[in-house]
Amino acid sequence: MEIIMSVLAGILFTTGIYNLLQKQMLRIIIGTALISHGAHLFILTMGKLKRGAPPILDDAISEYADPLPQALILTSIVISFGVTSLLLVLAYRASKENGTDNMEKLRGSENDE
Amino acid sequence: MMSNLAVLPILIPLIAGIIAIFFHKKLPIVRVFSQVLTIINAGVVGYILWYVYQNGTIVLESGDWTAPYGIVLVADMLSMTLVMTTNIIAIAAVFFAPKSLNEQQEAFYFYTFYFLLIAGVSGAFMTGDLFNLFVFFEVLLMASYALIVLGGGKVQLRESLKYVLINLFSSMLFVTTIAFLYSVVGTVNMAQIAQRVQEVDQTGILTTIGILLFFVFGTKAALFPLYYWLPRPYIVPNPVVSALFGALLTKVGIYSIIRVFSLIFVHEPGVTHQLFLWIAALTLIFGVIGALSTNNIKLIVAYNIIPAVGFMMLGIGAFNSTGMSGAVYYLVHDMIIKAALFLLVGAVSYLAGTSDLRKMRGLIHHYPLFGWLFFLSAFVLAGIPPFSGFIGKLLLIQGAMETGEVTIAMISLLSSLLILLSVMRIFVRGFWGEKDESIQPNSKAARGFIAPIVFLLFFSVVLGVGAEWFYPGADAIGEYLMNPQDYIESVLKE
Repeated sequence: MEIIMSVLAGILFTTGIYNLLQKQMLRIIIGTALISHGAHLFILTMGKLKRGAPPILDDAISEYADPLPQALILTSIVISFGVTSLLLVLAYRASKENGTDNMEKLRGSENDE
Repeated sequence: MMSNLAVLPILIPLIAGIIAIFFHKKLPIVRVFSQVLTIINAGVVGYILWYVYQNGTIVLESGDWTAPYGIVLVADMLSMTLVMTTNIIAIAAVFFAPKSLNEQQEAFYFYTFYFLLIAGVSGAFMTGDLFNLFVFFEVLLMASYALIVLGGGKVQLRESLKYVLINLFSSMLFVTTIAFLYSVVGTVNMAQIAQRVQEVDQTGILTTIGILLFFVFGTKAALFPLYYWLPRPYIVPNPVVSALFGALLTKVGIYSIIRVFSLIFVHEPGVTHQLFLWIAALTLIFGVIGALSTNNIKLIVAYNIIPAVGFMMLGIGAFNSTGMSGAVYYLVHDMIIKAALFLLVGAVSYLAGTSDLRKMRGLIHHYPLFGWLFFLSAFVLAGIPPFSGFIGKLLLIQGAMETGEVTIAMISLLSSLLILLSVMRIFVRGFWGEKDESIQPNSKAARGFIAPIVFLLFFSVVLGVGAEWFYPGADAIGEYLMNPQDYIESVLKE
């Protein structure tokens, strides 16, 4: 199961990076979203996948799932959600103001302010 | 009881930032409120620094969860020194802000984001938990995303997009690396990671993870070859925002490298620290070439961040206590002088009406004080004795010589000269020359800019002239960094 999840995370990373290298703004943002999904799945996988065990440590329970990756993934999801929504607004405004969403045309020169 | 002190440098700015939201449109109140709170925070941090100096490291286990399980905040000499420096810069920035921002920018939550930035930076310096470091990185980055687009100009929007993207990518890589590290050592507490890495003698996979972490921090700190994103986003926002960015953001990356590679990944210096030395040399060379390549005065100062980072990497790569104390000394020096220089060039380009060096001349006739302040800060930056840059560079080069890296020490000396050349060009071509009659001197605006800049330069000069007082502290930090066992014991209480 861990192997399959790792491969899935890898696929998400590759597609994400492919999209990140495009010129269109929206594709780049989708790329970052895919990469963060990959990273989140990866965190979950690294804590070992277990089914049917509660994430608590108690003397009566001998079989338990690791709660830490779940806490980490939750924090990370919230953060990447926030950044992605900010990025969408930013990209919308930037493309409106500059009149293009092509990164190639958004290079800028030395002395513009 | 006293351990609760450690949360205050994060808590005070955080709460101040939230309160500032409620009356963001009432400028006189929010200004005074922010200035008072910043000074109070600096006072509290000063007290904690003194306390830590007297009584040793404070460790706060949040929520009373004992060390490897809960999140710890560690206030040791290194982090408290850096938090103190952060607060000195914050004071200068908060008094500079009303002069350089327009009212609309101030009203749109400048002070809130400013406080959140300070909270994030202080948190990143103080946390003892790797995942928590990521969270504080995000706190300060979120605040910086908002500050960089404040005003929402065409160019600002364009550059901030690149800034957000590069930081988002490196943050995701950071999370992935933490996941790798967690799967190998089974913890995210830095002291416990260090302990476990020591137990397994840093096997190959751990060194690989270390290099991945270095890649993440290197992107934030703008090291060769990852610095390409830095100069342009740093010059587009308002000067006060540029000063905060230039002084604080890349330095958090450098601090993380110092912390991680003096505490955790210390068992394979032949691989990691040798790599750092060469990266330091390349960073120095390429950064200084960038600074010489442009005629935009803001861009010259922004490019000068890069060789400074190279200098600190030199100390980390040398990996002995002289080099480490040099890196810390230079870090404090560079934070202060970069803030001062960004404020200075911001003020100069505001007064001259342009930041293009080719269109400037003879400014010293209109603004003599600015001219000489700039002259002084150029000397401080390049490390002319007796100023603070000299002491830092002396320790760094001494550290490099002790490990026998003569070539790289020579490269750093040469690049120091070129740094001086790059900032002197601003002085020679912008301030000297015939009087430009077309400029109407705006002495009222100029007077407002002076005080915060003088305040920062005062600290820079004291740091250099009074090196005798600060050197023992830096030396002790260098020793402390070379003995990670102290840190581990104070956190895990064994």
